[in-house]
Amino acid sequence: MTAALAAGLAAGHTSTHEAVVFWALAPVAVICALGLVLVRSAVHAAVLLAVVMLSLAAFYTAEAAPFLAVVQVVVYTGAVLMLFLFVLMLIGVDTTDSLVETLRGQRVAAVVVGLGFAVLLVVALAGTLGSFHPKGVAAAQADKGNVVAIAELLFSRYVFAFEATSALLITAGLGAMVLAHRERTTARRTQLERMRERVSVGGAAMAPLPGPGVYADHDAIDTPALLPDGTIAVTSVPEYLEISGARPHVEAIERNLTGSPDGDS
Amino acid sequence: MSPDYYLYLSAVLFTIGATGVLVRRNAIVVFMCIELMLNAVNLTLVTFARINGSLDGQIIAFFVMVVAAAEVVVGLAIIMSIFRSRRSASVDDANLLKY
Repeated sequence: MTAALAAGLAAGHTSTHEAVVFWALAPVAVICALGLVLVRSAVHAAVLLAVVMLSLAAFYTAEAAPFLAVVQVVVYTGAVLMLFLFVLMLIGVDTTDSLVETLRGQRVAAVVVGLGFAVLLVVALAGTLGSFHPKGVAAAQADKGNVVAIAELLFSRYVFAFEATSALLITAGLGAMVLAHRERTTARRTQLERMRERVSVGGAAMAPLPGPGVYADHDAIDTPALLPDGTIAVTSVPEYLEISGARPHVEAIERNLTGSPDGDS
Repeated sequence: MSPDYYLYLSAVLFTIGATGVLVRRNAIVVFMCIELMLNAVNLTLVTFARINGSLDGQIIAFFVMVVAAAEVVVGLAIIMSIFRSRRSASVDDANLLKY
């Protein structure tokens, strides 16, 4: 971005560049926000929310607020969304919404209320269309640049709010620790106890499980090892591969073992 | 292009977020919709800062971001502790007003 364009932005003029940015990104933001409400998977919703937040960061840049654009990317897309994804992984990514309505007609009512609210806001705004003549933040910044001007305000007029923020952050951190902490109610089991338990069960594997097999044409962990009698050691392939439905090589090797023709290998 | 369009966009995003809070059952997605509403309000604040030619709107948007970050931390911790006792992240299952 050239210096002249940046000065024009700070002075509050809307340029063609800005219109292009707006009309390119506003539909993306709206579609992704709609997707956030409509998709079933919570992980997809998080990714769509990331797109909305990044396009908002672009709008902040277009509105001569580069500091907020950077904070938006760092705090929202960087920290907040990662926290969302962490909790999603802890809770389990397969927690999709149930489609059962607990209150009858609640969804329809919610959509009607939403549309009514949108119409209310847009009609209220439509009366002001074109009557805003943006002054721009250039006068407020006075050649200091956005970051320095914000810092001066933050440490003078808003210094009390800024210091109250530190109390808020400490309280939030403590609260999260207290809420996420789980008190251990039983004594920790020692290695000896766990060993005795395992032996007393009987039938459990005393030695480590066999590793996956490695063959000339496969070296992936979904390749099962072979037992001395030529059959497949089922425990050599991780269980989660079966759960996720990806165990193609077991069947291929079984076919090889039984001698049926198997393609190119 | 008039800066009004930012206000329209913000109104639309806020409405979508509010509808999402009403419609969705998964507590985490409800939380994401609240974040969407906060973001929409931030866009309004930045736009009005520009219209009024003062930086106060940007400062308030910055404080909104700080408070939102703190709120997310505590909210997600609450959702996690509810999930531990109920084995569910659905807002319908936390209905007994009981820890």
